[in-house]
Amino acid sequence: MTTVTAEPAPPSPPPGRSARPSRLRRSWEQHWYAWAMVLPVVIVLAVLIFYPLVRGIWISLTNLTEANQAAEICTRSITGGEVCAENPNRWEFVGLDNYINVLSGNVGDFWQWTGITLIWTLGCVVFHYGLGLGLAVMLNRPMRGRGLYRVLLVLPWAVPAFVSAFAWKFIFNERFGLANSLLTSLGIDSVDWFANQWTSLLTAIITNIWLGVPFMMVALLGGMQTIPGELYEAAEIDGASAWQRFRNITLPGLRPVSMTVILLGTIWTFNMFPIIFLVTEGQPAGETEILVTGAFRAAFEGIRNYSLASTYGVLILSILLVFSLFYRRALRKQGEVW
Amino acid sequence: MRRTARGIAVLASATLALSVAACGGEEKAAEGQPAVDPASLTAELTWWDTSDPKNEGPAFQELIAKFNQTYPNVKINYQSVPFGEAQNKFKTAAQAKTGAPDILRAEVAWVPEFASLGHLYALDGSELLADESDFLETPLASNKFDGKTYGVPQVTDSLALMYNKELLNRAGISEPPKTWAELKTAAKTIKDKTDAEGLYLNPAGYFLLPFMYGEGGDLVDAANKKIIINSEQNAAGLAIAKDLIDSGAAAKPSANDAYGTMMTLFKEKKVAMIINGPWEVNNVQQAPDFGGLENLGIAPVPGGSTRAGGPVGGHNYVIWSGMPQEKVDAAVAFVKFMSSAESQAFLSEKLGLLPTRSSAYDLDAVKNNPTVAAFQPVVEAGVGRPWIPEAGQFFGPLDQMATEVLIQNKDPKAALDTVAKKYKAEVVPSYEN
Repeated sequence: MTTVTAEPAPPSPPPGRSARPSRLRRSWEQHWYAWAMVLPVVIVLAVLIFYPLVRGIWISLTNLTEANQAAEICTRSITGGEVCAENPNRWEFVGLDNYINVLSGNVGDFWQWTGITLIWTLGCVVFHYGLGLGLAVMLNRPMRGRGLYRVLLVLPWAVPAFVSAFAWKFIFNERFGLANSLLTSLGIDSVDWFANQWTSLLTAIITNIWLGVPFMMVALLGGMQTIPGELYEAAEIDGASAWQRFRNITLPGLRPVSMTVILLGTIWTFNMFPIIFLVTEGQPAGETEILVTGAFRAAFEGIRNYSLASTYGVLILSILLVFSLFYRRALRKQGEVW
Repeated sequence: MRRTARGIAVLASATLALSVAACGGEEKAAEGQPAVDPASLTAELTWWDTSDPKNEGPAFQELIAKFNQTYPNVKINYQSVPFGEAQNKFKTAAQAKTGAPDILRAEVAWVPEFASLGHLYALDGSELLADESDFLETPLASNKFDGKTYGVPQVTDSLALMYNKELLNRAGISEPPKTWAELKTAAKTIKDKTDAEGLYLNPAGYFLLPFMYGEGGDLVDAANKKIIINSEQNAAGLAIAKDLIDSGAAAKPSANDAYGTMMTLFKEKKVAMIINGPWEVNNVQQAPDFGGLENLGIAPVPGGSTRAGGPVGGHNYVIWSGMPQEKVDAAVAFVKFMSSAESQAFLSEKLGLLPTRSSAYDLDAVKNNPTVAAFQPVVEAGVGRPWIPEAGQFFGPLDQMATEVLIQNKDPKAALDTVAKKYKAEVVPSYEN
């Protein structure tokens, strides 16, 4: 690479002919406007994403906490004056200690949380998609009051998540909740929902299904409306049954939409903080904690542990990155454009 | 500001969708000359009150009005901040050096933590501590860190056995139980003879401390830097609590929202006895069906084989170190007024809160207050907690242990061993196991 800074050159040859400029320079001369156009985006990405990301990774390699971040701790006296002492446990670089502690289970319950997160994500997304698809199919045909149904079904989406979370938490309250009074009125023993890991997780999953189905329904309904009606007409003339039409026209026609919403749904559910945090509170005894809520409790209760928080952040990000890489590869194999 | 930027960067990269409430507060420093005449003291002070805004807040606002009768030019911005949020909110604001209140009502365990971070004014040598010996020793101890005093006790409390007199009478129990064994018998009797349940235990770490203290246990030995949570004494104490539930004497607690359930059941007279503190007295008193203070019995927590005592709690007034020096006189005057024996007596009378000055107990308003009289032996039997900056972090693992033992039937000793391991790994790594 030659430097671009111009030397006060001897009789300069006409540019771009006899002296071969570097590829970079040629590209710059030809496409400088393009570079200028992307510059704002690059700057915004650098400030908003790359810098915090790099910073986060760096911090995860230190032992930075709220207590050891200051170089010196100053104590002001009410009678005037200030005493500053050097912080004896100043934060320092600790290499991979945080990762070793987390992954070996020395700090927190990373593997248990990961397992619960996977079950939670899978359970939620399967039901989101299944129920969303079912409702979309039902609403995708002319019927009376279709607009009203659609509005009603989108309603859960419009309610702030914490409101629904508290409502569902109360429904499953072991003594005063609706769920148990329904069960008792049917002659079934009431259930201690939050005393068992799986029933507790179930309450959170039910809440999240209720919250997440509208999005799937709306997205899939939109997708269905892009499938040309002629296909259905032709299939009907050929004598295809309703199931065959669904199986061979609707599903393939929905694939591009489905793939995108499933990916989105997976990432959202994976990182769905408020439902677990508010509905089960990780009960019983932290057994329904998912990665994000577990990391929050571990890092932000008491003296806040920034390095541990970053470590969890990097780990969660890595899991999702690996997932989306595989997912994209799977999509490309099927010839999708996404 | 660099530190804040660092904090923000961490949060962003952690992909945790958390918003740190960066609260904007206005700071208008007015000159307050050191003067004898209270009227010449001019300042605007922000006070974060973390008490219950419905039950307790109005009484504090009345006190501020009284304060302004003497100090008309000191304006107090009263802000009610939910107790659960205040700790983190204060730390965030104090670190950002903007938006923190001048004065905060801090829970006893927060003071050493804030002080260790340099967020508080050391009050030594000021008027506030001039009559230091008047303060009760245990509540005052929570304000000390590293040889300096960072706060003034506002109110003290401890856990007590609160009971429904009517239900106990109906079951033919004339006196509240004094030991865990008596508690068990009493609870069973109530369950048999009335339609209510005998006892509800909140499965949370703090509420199990009386059981551990009762057998002579504690969390850590701060003086010798030793973790003693998994001692035989603690295991024995937990076994007693577990037996209360397993034997059916106490209702089976729920894992989620047990505290709310406990209070609802107690106020609706569906459970006769609970273990809770004076902060709920006003709440119970106002419950429509309960029958007011006449029906509320208060007794010291039952004892174990060694002693009877609950953990000492309460709140302190602290002054933010980021407050400009000019406002110091006004802040001192305000805290002095609020923590005076007369103000404490006023709060006792209104809310049944327990004064932290021994001289306040001699005032008529306190002496004749049945709630305070009932709580006085409770507080005297209170056991001080280890006042170290990490003390706030002890309760996360402890709460988990409480659920494991009381709801999931785990062996107390094994559950305590897990807690000890967590303390060593996450809370106090420099302590010996």
